[in-house]
Amino acid sequence: MTDPIKLYPAKPEKVYFFATCLVDLFYPDAGMAGIQLLEREGIEVLFPQGQTCCGQPAFSSGFNDQARDVVIPQLELFPGDYPIVVPAGSCGGMMRKHYPELFAGTPWQDKAENLAARTWELTDFLLNVCHIRLEDQGEPVKVAMHTSCSARREMGVAEVGPRLLGQLGQVELVEQARPAECCGFGGTFAVRHPEISEAMVADKTEALVAAGAETVVATDCGCMMNIAGYAEKNRRPLKGQHIVSFLWERTCGHGGEGKA
Amino acid sequence: MTAARTAILQRLRAGRGNQPLSPPASDFSVVRDRDWTTAEKLERFETMITSVNGEVHRVAEDRWVDHLWALMAAKGLTNLLASPETSVGREAWTRQRESGPRLRAYDSPIDDWKPELFNNVDAALTGCRGAIAETGSLILWPTVQEPRLMSLVPPVHFVVLGADQIYATFYQALAEQGWADLGMPANALLISGPSKTADIEQTLAYGVHGPRELVVLILE
Amino acid sequence: MSLAPHSQEVRHFHPRVRSALDNPQIRSNFRNAMDGLMSKRQNAFNGWDLESLRDLGAAVRLRALSRLPELLEQLEDNCSRQGIRVHWAETGEQACEIIRDICKARDARTVIKGKSMVSEEMELNHFLEAEGIEALESDLGEYIVQLAKETPSHIIMPAIHKNTAEISELMHDRTGTERSHDVAYLTAAARQQLREKFMKADVGISGVNFAVAQTGTLCLVENEGNGRLTTTVPPCHIAVTGIEKVVEHLEDVTPLLALLTRSATGQHVTTYVNMISGPRKADEFDGPEEVHLVLVDSGRSSIYQDQELMDTLRCIRCGACMNHCPVYTRVGGHAYGTTYPGPIGKILMPHLMGLENTQDLPSASTLCGACGEVCPVRIPIPKLLQRLRKESVDGDSLRPSVVRGHGVKRNWKERLAWNGFRWLFRNPRRYRLFGSLLTRFRWFTPSQVGPWTRYRTSPKPAAKTLHQMMNERTRGGAR
Repeated sequence: MTDPIKLYPAKPEKVYFFATCLVDLFYPDAGMAGIQLLEREGIEVLFPQGQTCCGQPAFSSGFNDQARDVVIPQLELFPGDYPIVVPAGSCGGMMRKHYPELFAGTPWQDKAENLAARTWELTDFLLNVCHIRLEDQGEPVKVAMHTSCSARREMGVAEVGPRLLGQLGQVELVEQARPAECCGFGGTFAVRHPEISEAMVADKTEALVAAGAETVVATDCGCMMNIAGYAEKNRRPLKGQHIVSFLWERTCGHGGEGKA
Repeated sequence: MTAARTAILQRLRAGRGNQPLSPPASDFSVVRDRDWTTAEKLERFETMITSVNGEVHRVAEDRWVDHLWALMAAKGLTNLLASPETSVGREAWTRQRESGPRLRAYDSPIDDWKPELFNNVDAALTGCRGAIAETGSLILWPTVQEPRLMSLVPPVHFVVLGADQIYATFYQALAEQGWADLGMPANALLISGPSKTADIEQTLAYGVHGPRELVVLILE
Repeated sequence: MSLAPHSQEVRHFHPRVRSALDNPQIRSNFRNAMDGLMSKRQNAFNGWDLESLRDLGAAVRLRALSRLPELLEQLEDNCSRQGIRVHWAETGEQACEIIRDICKARDARTVIKGKSMVSEEMELNHFLEAEGIEALESDLGEYIVQLAKETPSHIIMPAIHKNTAEISELMHDRTGTERSHDVAYLTAAARQQLREKFMKADVGISGVNFAVAQTGTLCLVENEGNGRLTTTVPPCHIAVTGIEKVVEHLEDVTPLLALLTRSATGQHVTTYVNMISGPRKADEFDGPEEVHLVLVDSGRSSIYQDQELMDTLRCIRCGACMNHCPVYTRVGGHAYGTTYPGPIGKILMPHLMGLENTQDLPSASTLCGACGEVCPVRIPIPKLLQRLRKESVDGDSLRPSVVRGHGVKRNWKERLAWNGFRWLFRNPRRYRLFGSLLTRFRWFTPSQVGPWTRYRTSPKPAAKTLHQMMNERTRGGAR
């Protein structure tokens, strides 16, 4: 019953990139940074233009029919036997963990399981499949890390972000209180239960500020949008950035991309 | 209420339907296998029970009664509930001193002397069926000679334990003493320290309903 | 099943949440308590192969559930043979009536109670009091909650929502205890008040942590000794338990015990593990003359009808899920309005009370998974929350809903919204068109978007979508 141990594939020639709708529409620079990091590792990145959304918003609201209908056409987008890399624990978790549930006993079950088994969270893939080595070229900076709950618990990558940041010589990763606690985003939760969500994001933001971080580096744009949006509205001194944008910026000298 | 019984069982059986449920195998090694020596078990028991405010004294087998009298005097306890018929109790009875605590036996039903037991007994002495190193627990099976309330109502409970009576785990104790085959007594207990509570703001307080002190005399 | 009286209020979840969030005392009491409990739990499992232990805990509970009807019969046989009288109740109300009848047959006027969440669930105290029988809680936390005329806010630490000052004031008002912030003093005062009651009580009522079918043994786990007094001093003991608490063998108790106390309060073991297999024997001097076991269904057998939902019944009531829940930590136990609060409450109460009465609970979670991660018997709580969300909206035509009150949250607005979502995202061309319109008119997107922007700024769409960027870059993309 324990989660099966992850078996990382050998570094492939090609990967599929599933951007997620949030990255596509709001944070494309984070997606581009991820693609460029992969390419720098010598991997050809395939970006299927037919991709839209992983279906999670509908699924987690209980609308499985709608979720399935959104996913079904996309099950055909990844025909080659290459890994599918996702710059979000949340959407990655949806694909890896929940597609097999959602399609169990349906004609799409095999396809869904095949896709699920090939799905990887991007930072996990960079560290544990590409064995990426990062050369820091930026100025000294203090950052905190927020690993999303799904990246942490569904994708099992809690250690990955800190290890990647640890490769950057000029980056000080500060320790926050209760790092594993949820930021309060939870997709539609933030809208259905806004007061509880606010209490959670307020605590998270204050913990990050108290830790002395200038920027919170996040695995997921959802959490980043939540935390940075709260900080901005409440004039707290904290910026948010997707971790792959941050890694790309630090190792290439390109500034400011993918910030929230 | 046999109607309720029938209805509940029927619903359960219907629910399971024709699909037999196949649970995974139970691998008990994680709660069973400990390769501790007798000395390690003793040490572990002592550490664990002390960590929950139990008091432990290692004493020579022929000296424990003297030690008990000294402890009682130091704690200002003037009387002791002890069985004249168990091996542990009998020793206390035969070696009681004129100037020492007054002994009394639990020799009539509780209903006859409830206020006396609740209000006037300072301490009780019992044996035990062994102990568990892993959790620092004493195993008691109350008997006719040493009834259940002896280990519960008096403010101080003294327990005599042989150093060689310590099992590594609860699992081992159950298995080696053959509890399931013996048939369970009306009441069996694991006791790990004095009574306590943390119900007020998670602050520990001892002796809330049961004994405020648990003293273990380990005979070596 | 009739609704328990307090369930009338369950529906009003949001106002209670609001008032809990606005109460700094509640916020800090729970935050401090949950922080403490989380770190104690972590320390308690140091040196353990926790994942194997959780596997074993889950396996033992699954085995018990797989043979539930047979084990209940075996338990009944063995208990009866040993002199414990077994009663069955389909509803909480029936269980209350059984207990009342036992009390009346003995002319009982006063009942002393050990901690029992099932008795809270069936509101036994109110029932008995209406019948002229005094029911007094003896667990210190439950005693405090009863003095305050409240319900427990946590299943293991019932008075966790109060601090020492509040408890001191309460005990002063209700019992005349001197005001004091000395916890030892307050505890000693309660001991004295309750000892009198123990001596006089006609009946003791307790819960059960594990009921062992093989030996007919009721296991009770506690620290204070009130549970032992309750089950030993009065001449009659009534144990009341949900039907799911049965386990097969005595050895099955060992992993569950190891998991329960460490998960709940970070203790290696509780002070007392009390195993009862019969009433006082003829030659014994203490123990109750009569022991009764009341097996309560109250919705559990309907949970048993569904293999996925059945996992709910594995629960051993340790409370670790609430201790680790970021929502529970913020709002506290009373905001839920249900007997069992927190994650386990969210997946259990809809079955006991119907989704129509608990409709806000399944959605009140970020699905962060902290509960599932610590559950000692590996109940997939987030998955069950998701299932109940689906049941609430009847959201899956392939697998129709079965839970009581299913479809209660169906409404045209939300359905329309998700149909719109489907319309947009199932068609890549439509989605890409939407993306390009969104980026083109990015400065016209609203800065106020409902509850989201009450507390946050709204992100602006990007100047170009990644689709567009990749399309330009690769002149047609990978496909």
